[in-house]
Amino acid sequence: MTRDFLSPTGVEIVFVLVGIVVLGAALLTVSTKQLVHSALWLVVTLGGLAVEYLLLTAEFIAWVQVLIYVGSVVVLLLFGLMLTRAPIGRSPDADSGNRWVALGVAGAAAVTLVWVVVDAFRTQYIPLDEAQGTTAVMGEALFRYWVLPFEALSVLLLAALVGAIVLSRRKSEAEAGDEGTKS
Amino acid sequence: MNTTTLAVLVPLLPFLAAAAALLLGRTFPELARPLAVLPTGLAALLAVVVAVRQGGGDPLDASMELTPTGSVPISLALHLDGFAVLTAVLVGVVALCVQIYSTGYLRDDPRYASYSALVSLFTAAMFLVVYSGDLIVLLVGWEIMGICSYFLVGHYWETPEARAASIKAFLVTKLGDVPFLFGIFMLADQAGTFRINGVLTEAVSGDGLAHPTLIALLLLAGVAGKSAQFPLHTWLPDAMAGPTPVSALIHAATMVAAGVYVVARLLPVFAASTAALVVLAVMAAVTMVGSALAALAQDDIKRVLAYSTVGQLGYMTGALAVGSRDAAIFHLLSHGAFKALLFLCAGVIIHAAGTNSLAAMARMDGLRRRAPDAYWTLAVALLALAAIPPFSGFFSKEAVLGAAEHAVTGDAGAGIPAVAGWIVLVAGLATALLTAAYATRLWLLAGGRPLPSAVGKLAPGPELPGPELPGPAAAEATTQPAAEPTTVPGHPAKTPFAMNAVLWVLFLPTAAFGLTVGKLPDWLGGHSLAPTLTTTVLGTGLALVGVLAMYAAWRQTTAVAAATPLGAVAAHPGAEPALSEEEAIASHTPAYGDIAAAPGTSPAGRPMDPGRILLGPALYRAAGRGFHLDAVYAALFVRPVTAAAGLVRFLDREVVDTYVRAAGTTPRLLGAAVRRLQTGNVQTYLSALLAGSLVLAVAAVLLATTGTSGG
Amino acid sequence: MHLAYPAVLAVLLFCVGLYGVLARRNLILVLMSVELMLAAVNLNLVAFDVWLRDTLHAGQSLALFVIAIAAAEIGIGLAIVLLVYRTRGSSAVDRLRDTAESPPGSASDEDRPAGEEKTAVRGGAAA
Repeated sequence: MTRDFLSPTGVEIVFVLVGIVVLGAALLTVSTKQLVHSALWLVVTLGGLAVEYLLLTAEFIAWVQVLIYVGSVVVLLLFGLMLTRAPIGRSPDADSGNRWVALGVAGAAAVTLVWVVVDAFRTQYIPLDEAQGTTAVMGEALFRYWVLPFEALSVLLLAALVGAIVLSRRKSEAEAGDEGTKS
Repeated sequence: MNTTTLAVLVPLLPFLAAAAALLLGRTFPELARPLAVLPTGLAALLAVVVAVRQGGGDPLDASMELTPTGSVPISLALHLDGFAVLTAVLVGVVALCVQIYSTGYLRDDPRYASYSALVSLFTAAMFLVVYSGDLIVLLVGWEIMGICSYFLVGHYWETPEARAASIKAFLVTKLGDVPFLFGIFMLADQAGTFRINGVLTEAVSGDGLAHPTLIALLLLAGVAGKSAQFPLHTWLPDAMAGPTPVSALIHAATMVAAGVYVVARLLPVFAASTAALVVLAVMAAVTMVGSALAALAQDDIKRVLAYSTVGQLGYMTGALAVGSRDAAIFHLLSHGAFKALLFLCAGVIIHAAGTNSLAAMARMDGLRRRAPDAYWTLAVALLALAAIPPFSGFFSKEAVLGAAEHAVTGDAGAGIPAVAGWIVLVAGLATALLTAAYATRLWLLAGGRPLPSAVGKLAPGPELPGPELPGPAAAEATTQPAAEPTTVPGHPAKTPFAMNAVLWVLFLPTAAFGLTVGKLPDWLGGHSLAPTLTTTVLGTGLALVGVLAMYAAWRQTTAVAAATPLGAVAAHPGAEPALSEEEAIASHTPAYGDIAAAPGTSPAGRPMDPGRILLGPALYRAAGRGFHLDAVYAALFVRPVTAAAGLVRFLDREVVDTYVRAAGTTPRLLGAAVRRLQTGNVQTYLSALLAGSLVLAVAAVLLATTGTSGG
Repeated sequence: MHLAYPAVLAVLLFCVGLYGVLARRNLILVLMSVELMLAAVNLNLVAFDVWLRDTLHAGQSLALFVIAIAAAEIGIGLAIVLLVYRTRGSSAVDRLRDTAESPPGSASDEDRPAGEEKTAVRGGAAA
């Protein structure tokens, strides 16, 4: 019931503030020299984004974001860092030599896109008087209109699962074969 | 079967035999001999039957047009008149003789199957030329003969002489064939048909041909090439590097006569132009006198015969120049017989002697004992060549001289210039003298060493082989392989029976063909071919003078020759004759010096060759080398062509290739530059990709905004 | 709420992710940057879905799908990264340069198989 007492202007203020936090965390994610910190800043970024979803009245997406991204993806990434023996602490070579080119491309892209987006949408206004993304609404939409893509997505996930397993196991099988021949 | 069908079978049989032999000869070598001899024999028989049925009556014409070919129709046409059927009989008989002879001559040759197939193919082509009533069909046979000649001259391709000679024969005859082709096209263009009958009708019709001289001269170039007339005769002496039976068939009796035959067929075209006839006469005169002189100086027995062939063909063209095709064909027939015989004898003698050098043969013992058949048939054939009365050559040559006399006196008919008659008559008489001389020289030298008693009387010198070696020829002997002055009497070179039998078969027409002089005009044009008194007396007298002069010269040389040993021993006396000949060709230059000229003098400087005494040293040397015509050709054609080829090579290597190399190098350099971009760094690629798409997006946005603001 | 706010935020987030993809050396950090870009897209999808009041809620549904697919992508990506790490002993993007064009005649052509062998042995030892 927060939207009852927050004025629309208040929602905007909160959105901008949280957005600044999100952006700052994202910048730290891509610029910090400590790899593990990078993953933690990613958590902040994605969590902030969940808040933004809430502010946009898409509460189901927000919870899914928190659950999947913050809960599993970041954990997976941390596992990956650990398995590849990422150094704990500052590593001076976290950025590749492509850094300045990347900065140029990204900056140019940002300028262009901001210019285009602002130019296109500066007069548009989102009315937030009615919640658009409650769990009930989303559940109805997903399982009424989007059930087939949903099922296809589940097959995709299964395939990804199998693929990940195959990719990880290929080496160990070869080694097992080698050991078998040795013994 | 009617005569036309038989006539079609005549060229078809050897052709099929050739195809079968080429296909099967390798797999079934035992089939090669029957396939060579039987179809040729059958074709010869059929040619005789066709000749008997035609019988000198009206020309028999048959034609079939296969398909419309555009403006001027080409038809498979036969034209059988007396000339054609008689020439076909000659071709058939000589081809049969040569095929039988070859079974002995090349009895162990691994390439016999393809050899005999090519001879059969050649025979078929010659029949086609003889019987054809259409110029294009004639040309087909003409060119097939050329290519067969090329292959057969190069039969001993292991020897460089044969390789060079085959290429030379091909190129020189082609040099004449190209103008010949244009001549045929012009002729057909003006006559509107390729049929020979149509062409001849057009030639003698009211307006005649538009450019008779040009056409005649173009055709003449082809004839000169094929019939080895001056100035395109140089290939024929070199072509003697081929096997002897091939020389007998192609380069003496038939193919070289094809040019004469074609002129005889198209004589009205030539007769339409006085200039062409005079050119023909001059060509014939130069050819016969020059070749007779050259024949006097040759050392290779086959080259003597080759130059003699050139000279006798000169007689035939001379007869045509005075408008007498009867005499030309008459001489063609008799010459075909005795020259084939001469060549086949030469093959036997080369085998028996183990060398083709006359100078070496002159120092050998017992040649006439070891090859008696060849020796005596050679004698008769040489008498025929020298035009000594009872033999065939006498009648035909007198027919030619008589025709020339008619032209001089103006009896030959309108359009025949008297000057042509004079040229032919004078040259013919001079050649009669020279021909008799070189025929005598050939016989005397090839006969081997004279009886020791005669030599002993003339020059009492060392007779035994032993003391001769360290004699005055010691210097020469070191350079000669096995300088054995005499051949061992027990020389095992047995002449195969087939070869000797063929000699006697050809002996018959050589000796007796002249007796048909009374009947022959019924078959040919109808003019009398009997010898006239003036030319008979003049020609025979000059021939006798030539014989006697040469004999006298020879008597002078025998003493020197006997004192200068020169000899050869065949490396494989028991092998097939073809191998002997091939080895003789290969060893001639190292053993006796230049293939063309005999070693004319002994080391002491005294002439050994009777021809040298008669000609004198300078002329002898020049004649031995064919009057340096090859050198002239080298200067006129070979060197410019070589220079042009060098220029082209330079242009190709230095100019054209530069562009080619640049075309290759430029992309390579570009590639090397572009290759640096491919660093393997995915982030670089992605940056470039995104930067590019960003530029595109900005461009699209700018375009859209300006477009909307503008619109 | 003005539509420009979420839209601009999404754009900036996307560009930050873009920078990360192009500039980070560690493969896992690159994957994180990809996640940032996907999150930016999600923000856009949600914002426009809310703005358009789509009856089918296509934007939000698609955002859900993107989240699920991103999870799968992370799984596969990590598996690949681990594989690369095991065989090469490194997960630095700019060292995976096998597709680089070596200049003709240089020694790298002969060196590379030996290097591969070495890293394979090392990877095997690490595993």
